[in-house]
Amino acid sequence: MNVQPLIFFSKGTKGTIYDFNGGKMLSKRIFEMGLNKGQEIEIIKNDVGPLVIGLQSSRIAIGRGMAYKIMFNPN
Amino acid sequence: MSTIALVGNPNCGKTTIFNALTGTNQHVGNWPGVTVEKKEGKCRFENELYQVIDLPGTYSLGAYSEDEVVARDFILKGNPDVVINVVDATNIERNLYLTVQLLEMGVKVVIALNMMDEAEDKGIKIDTKALSQKLQVPIISTVASKNKGIDALIKQAIDVIKSEEAKSKKIPYGHEIDKEIEKLKHLLNQSNLNVEYPTDWIALKLLENDNYVVETIKKASADIIENVKRSIDNLTNSLGIDPEIAIVDKRYEFIERTIKNSIKKPDSQVQTTSDKIDNILTHKWFGLPIFALIMFVIYQLTFLIGEDIFGEMVAGGIETLGESLSAVLEGLNAPEMLIAFVADGIIGGIGAVLEFVPLIMTMYIFLGILEDSGYMARAAYVMDRIMRALGLHGKTFISMLIGTGCNVPGIMSTRTLESRKDRMVAILINPFMSCGAKLPIYLVFISAFFPKHGGTVLFFIYATSFIVALLMGKILSKTLFKGETSYFIMELPPYRMPTIKGVLIHMWDKVGAFLKRAGTIIFTVVTMLWILSVLPYGVEPHSEASILGRIGSFIAPIFKPAGFGTWQASVGLFAGIVAKEAVVATLGMVYAGVEEGAKLIAAVQQVFTPLTAVSYMLMTLLYTPCAAVIGTIKRETNSLKWALFTVVYTFAVAWICAVTVYQIGGLLGFS
Repeated sequence: MNVQPLIFFSKGTKGTIYDFNGGKMLSKRIFEMGLNKGQEIEIIKNDVGPLVIGLQSSRIAIGRGMAYKIMFNPN
Repeated sequence: MSTIALVGNPNCGKTTIFNALTGTNQHVGNWPGVTVEKKEGKCRFENELYQVIDLPGTYSLGAYSEDEVVARDFILKGNPDVVINVVDATNIERNLYLTVQLLEMGVKVVIALNMMDEAEDKGIKIDTKALSQKLQVPIISTVASKNKGIDALIKQAIDVIKSEEAKSKKIPYGHEIDKEIEKLKHLLNQSNLNVEYPTDWIALKLLENDNYVVETIKKASADIIENVKRSIDNLTNSLGIDPEIAIVDKRYEFIERTIKNSIKKPDSQVQTTSDKIDNILTHKWFGLPIFALIMFVIYQLTFLIGEDIFGEMVAGGIETLGESLSAVLEGLNAPEMLIAFVADGIIGGIGAVLEFVPLIMTMYIFLGILEDSGYMARAAYVMDRIMRALGLHGKTFISMLIGTGCNVPGIMSTRTLESRKDRMVAILINPFMSCGAKLPIYLVFISAFFPKHGGTVLFFIYATSFIVALLMGKILSKTLFKGETSYFIMELPPYRMPTIKGVLIHMWDKVGAFLKRAGTIIFTVVTMLWILSVLPYGVEPHSEASILGRIGSFIAPIFKPAGFGTWQASVGLFAGIVAKEAVVATLGMVYAGVEEGAKLIAAVQQVFTPLTAVSYMLMTLLYTPCAAVIGTIKRETNSLKWALFTVVYTFAVAWICAVTVYQIGGLLGFS
């Protein structure tokens, strides 16, 4: 497995969320928003500013600090 | 009367369904967090009235931000007779998380599976019958934007109200958690607490560490809380992770199993049109310049259409109306006082404000198009880099954009910010955003001194307001509100073609409120100021000797260094603290008598210079907000201290800016 923080992957990468390295409150928050463990996502944009990820048909902007804490398992 | 509550994730179409149910025209925006307060309406079906409540969007009952607390509290404490859970069909798995939480609570639920047309376009196939059976809850397919399925939805909701109590749904949480729930449930049953929710749900919420439930139970029995702590410790040991997180996982597992055979989605996701548009509009280099360009064009067009074309027409109309009204009153032998009041107070004062209605309409039509298209969220996105560099949260920018309409909803929209630090900063800088009521002030001065460059001046005024607000935000977050800016996460809604109806509703929201204020508050203020300007009896009306003149003369020296230390200018600013429209109304009234037949703009040209006009515009742009905003700050911060702080510090910032511009401008040889 090649699990690494989400921020290291480039546009177009598909994979699943492996875990979230953050406090309990924040973890629960983002899991409850739909970014839960095992969720399939696609990186839509990762250049400067927040990342944009695709989750089903939604597009979610995620700050870079946060993207550092999301552990991502590319396909 | 039975109550129907609308609940769902942000931007899933709750307010569109609310409008369809109640026949009202609440503003629907295309970005998450348009509704931050609960809204009430009435719905009639088969001769019975029902109360409908539109709640702010939320992903879960966890309530992390103020707007989510509003939604959670209503579901828990408001005892709705039925909850319509609006589910976005294009995002069904995510949306069902909230559904599962509602079903667990044991409230009566009907699912409105909304945006079915978009789901079909995307090739998503949903077997609603199978899904409904699995979840044991009625599901109605709707396309709220086209009014499809609304009748079936209301009928189903009423059937559910009349049905017997709903049973709370049991979700298997695995042997360990289920055992602890059982234990706690037993304990709760034994202690005979007077609570209205099923005890197994309370037990689950206690393990989830839900602050509302924990607080409620703590008050009733501290002993139970001790037991909960022990259960949580046990579970953390045996599961290896926090039970809170394990519970979230299990809910998703349940959803996955539930939808397995009832939903089919295309394997590969194609790049959507929205993504293609975003490649340009949120481009890493072009995103910001495009945003600035869009705003620049909007202000130019606003000025061209609203002022040069329609503004002149309305101004002419008001003048004619004023003349004929005076003639009629004279013909009726009305008292001289009344004629003077109508001519100077009403026509001179309120008329001066109304002249700008076409301009305000035009501006909000353009801003409405931006909002409904989904671009606003992108504006916040492209601004996030700058915001972050200043130590501010990206969502602060959305509250600033809303503040350009009116600071009251701007401040309310900060409810979506989760950390107190971010929220306080966002609230305190919002008054710098130039609201619609301040527009007439600039327009008077622009028409008087810079008629050729109206749109450009307007653009720079707005740019200044953003810059001052952002700089003050940085100062506040470095001094009074230290601490890390919290994480940024925001949905980018798909672009949608704005509808004419939606844009007009949005515009009318603003303009209607403007007209209403002109007829009520502004009318009252103008009447009172007019009385003050003709008293004491016998004094020359609207002169320095009147009470109003004396108040103005008393304040005026403060503004001498800024170049506009006249009693009239001071009184205008003074009236603006009640409502910003009153500034122009007051100026219109006190200058109405300056010269026979002279209108406000002509009068302003005589007593101001281009430089003092700029410093006066800056002052009105930035100084103390109106009473309604001060009240909102007190309510939202829950503290009089911060409201008073805002009154003083905004005034200080405005004064310093106005004085600096006037003094430096003078040194540079401008006049």
